[in-house]
Amino acid sequence: MLDVLTGFVSELRAAGLPVSLTESLDAAEAVHHVPLEDREALKYALAATLVKSSTHWKAFETAFEVYFAMRGPQYDIDADEGADSDRPSDEADLPPGEGQRGRQGGGGGDGLTPEELAEMLFRALMNANEAQMAAIARQAVGRYAGMEPGRPVGGTYYLYRTLRNLDLDGVLDRLMESARQEAPDGTLTPLEERLARDEFQSRLDALRKEIEDEIRRRLVADRGTEALARSLRKPLPEDIDFMHATREELASLRRAITPLTRKLAVRLARKRRHGRKGPLDFRSTMRHSLSTGGVPVDPKFRYPRPAKPEIMVIADISGSVAAFARFTLHLVHAISSQFSKVRSFVFIDGIDEITRFFETADDVADAVHRINTEADVVWVDGHSDYGHALSVFWERWGEEITPRTSVLLLGDARNNYHATQSWVIQEIRHRARHVYWLNPEPRAYWDTGDSVVGEYAVYCDEVFECRNLRQLEHFVSELE
Amino acid sequence: MSTTDETPRAPRASSLGPLGFPEPGPPRFESVSDVRTRLAEAGYLADDGIAGVVYLADRLAKPVLVEGPAGTGKTELAKSVARVTDSRLIRLQCYEGLDESKALYEWNYKKQLLRIQAQRVVADGDGTAAAGSDAGTGDGGETRSGVAWRDLEEDIFSEEFLLARPLLEAIRSTESVVLLVDEVDRLELETEALLLEVLSEYQVSIPELGTVRAERIPLVFLTSNNTRELSEALKRRCLYLHLDYPSLERERDIVLTRVPGIGAELADQVARIVRSLRTLELKKYPSVSETLDWARTLVVLGVESIDAEQAKATLHVLLKYRSDLERAAKELTVADAQA
Repeated sequence: MLDVLTGFVSELRAAGLPVSLTESLDAAEAVHHVPLEDREALKYALAATLVKSSTHWKAFETAFEVYFAMRGPQYDIDADEGADSDRPSDEADLPPGEGQRGRQGGGGGDGLTPEELAEMLFRALMNANEAQMAAIARQAVGRYAGMEPGRPVGGTYYLYRTLRNLDLDGVLDRLMESARQEAPDGTLTPLEERLARDEFQSRLDALRKEIEDEIRRRLVADRGTEALARSLRKPLPEDIDFMHATREELASLRRAITPLTRKLAVRLARKRRHGRKGPLDFRSTMRHSLSTGGVPVDPKFRYPRPAKPEIMVIADISGSVAAFARFTLHLVHAISSQFSKVRSFVFIDGIDEITRFFETADDVADAVHRINTEADVVWVDGHSDYGHALSVFWERWGEEITPRTSVLLLGDARNNYHATQSWVIQEIRHRARHVYWLNPEPRAYWDTGDSVVGEYAVYCDEVFECRNLRQLEHFVSELE
Repeated sequence: MSTTDETPRAPRASSLGPLGFPEPGPPRFESVSDVRTRLAEAGYLADDGIAGVVYLADRLAKPVLVEGPAGTGKTELAKSVARVTDSRLIRLQCYEGLDESKALYEWNYKKQLLRIQAQRVVADGDGTAAAGSDAGTGDGGETRSGVAWRDLEEDIFSEEFLLARPLLEAIRSTESVVLLVDEVDRLELETEALLLEVLSEYQVSIPELGTVRAERIPLVFLTSNNTRELSEALKRRCLYLHLDYPSLERERDIVLTRVPGIGAELADQVARIVRSLRTLELKKYPSVSETLDWARTLVVLGVESIDAEQAKATLHVLLKYRSDLERAAKELTVADAQA
């Protein structure tokens, strides 16, 4: 058991979770207190001691499923056919196409046609019969996934193949149809329709998860724990690259932004604490006066209230940084709720102020949509032109930068070989409190091709590489 | 590794001596299922995860950090645990600017001043009488005032003048205590350090008085709404429990237990609609407490089965932003849009 636990902890560390020595000791102790045969209890005991952030839960769960997978002969890849002893054992060596065909032929171990299986699936979903759903998941994986022993892949491909064959969208439509028929007057009100759909959707999700688990169990049985864990390892949310994030990943990133902006607000607002005094703190003065027999010799003062700074965000939203830009807009929106005065600007080759969109629309998605459609950011051809955008900015809003303003520039500085006009940054630097540049490109690409970040960098307080949440957080904590 | 044959309490007792670790006291719960049933009796429906972590917290004598969206029953969990274990609930509400004089302890300076004043009155009465002899034997007087000073110092920095704030109070209590540190994420990063000594050693060091150890280890719950990342040091000392919105079944059961007079069908509908709402992209998702409010509203209105109109008319109990309301009303009534 201890070996498994050590392996498990090192797998978590390899996946990027910060697991300290004390925590793994706690886990070892916690395991004492739960019955080992109860897998769920074990899972929660380990989670409580090892995982200290909800964003890491997914990574933990994957590792847990792999390390503490149910094992047994029934999960062998060839399990359903393997029961028939007459199968040639070298079946695995067949090329994929033949293997697949062979399976479909012999795979009906319990004599079901695909149609019957689909019917069974439909009924199981309709009645929310969990045991049956699990059985069907097992069947479907055996039949459709076409898993081959020894192939070094994660489960995604197999999952895709299984789901394609099950045609879950079609099943959903059928389910809805029969729900409509069951209704007393043959139709559902929109509300009922909606509720029914959500119900079926959640059952389908459960099935999907069941299939995923099944595939993973078989993979574990086939390739062993460690190898599989390695290929299932995914970046933690804070390591996801903004530029290449999928939709789902972006959604999870958005949720993580809010705490970050709070932190950012605190950092930017922080003033030198010593040397500045607030109003008299009577309580503290009296307390300290005890050493002088009750005579308040040394008056104590409260800390001054932190002043809220002003922020100007200037963001590139051109195609080259599209994914990053979308993320940026959410970030800007989150920031503006933390600061008294945030003004935001977006540009491609023209520049426009978008503060008003965030003020009027109280929904981010709506604001982002309006920015994309209404903001006047295209000047000539819709290719980034930092030089022009910046000089226009300076002309129109430069006057409004004050010594209390921090300026944040977001973009990859790919200027399509236009003039850089870096003097603007220099001028801004003279007026503003801070100028920071966040670049979503890897540092190695900077100043290659048409990237001119170096020319701007000389006038900025600092330029940060900002490709994922971790780096964004690093930027926030670097701020003094 | 043997697990089931030995009583889990045994290893704890031996680890007390050399480290001076305080006595944890008798275990509060028998088993995970015991936690579950007793919490359920108190009206708190725990799932496996919650019950498991509470059980472990008791057995390992570790604080629990409960994190999750607002209104999912984080504070309620601590309260219910206090209720079922017959413990006193001591609550420390965190806020920006909380300092040790409000969290740990403070010297009662008013009383101390009084004490000094009183001493002076007494000393003055003495002084006039002894003035003549004092002038003669200089060192004799010095010794006496030296002793008096030390007495006084010992006196005014004694327990009598100490105002125990929640953390110290929880430590000093001889009865079983549940300490709830609410909304830790509102503390500044620097002030978090205040908690560390209490959380890991169950003791409070007072420079003038020495270290106060726990009589009996309290069960500690820290809650956080995740508005900021807590420090590693704090997290490392705690068990972590993430409380998310409950599953459909659990939410329905919660509604059934907490809302008197609600029918099973209505509870089911309520839970379903709330689940659908949580799949939308809203500014603020309906919390469990809001679900309960909504269910109560419906019961008061005498609704037995919700239709779209009634749902729309009472949605403002669930959703607190106008944009959310509009979107929800639209989504719930025009389901065909995406079909």
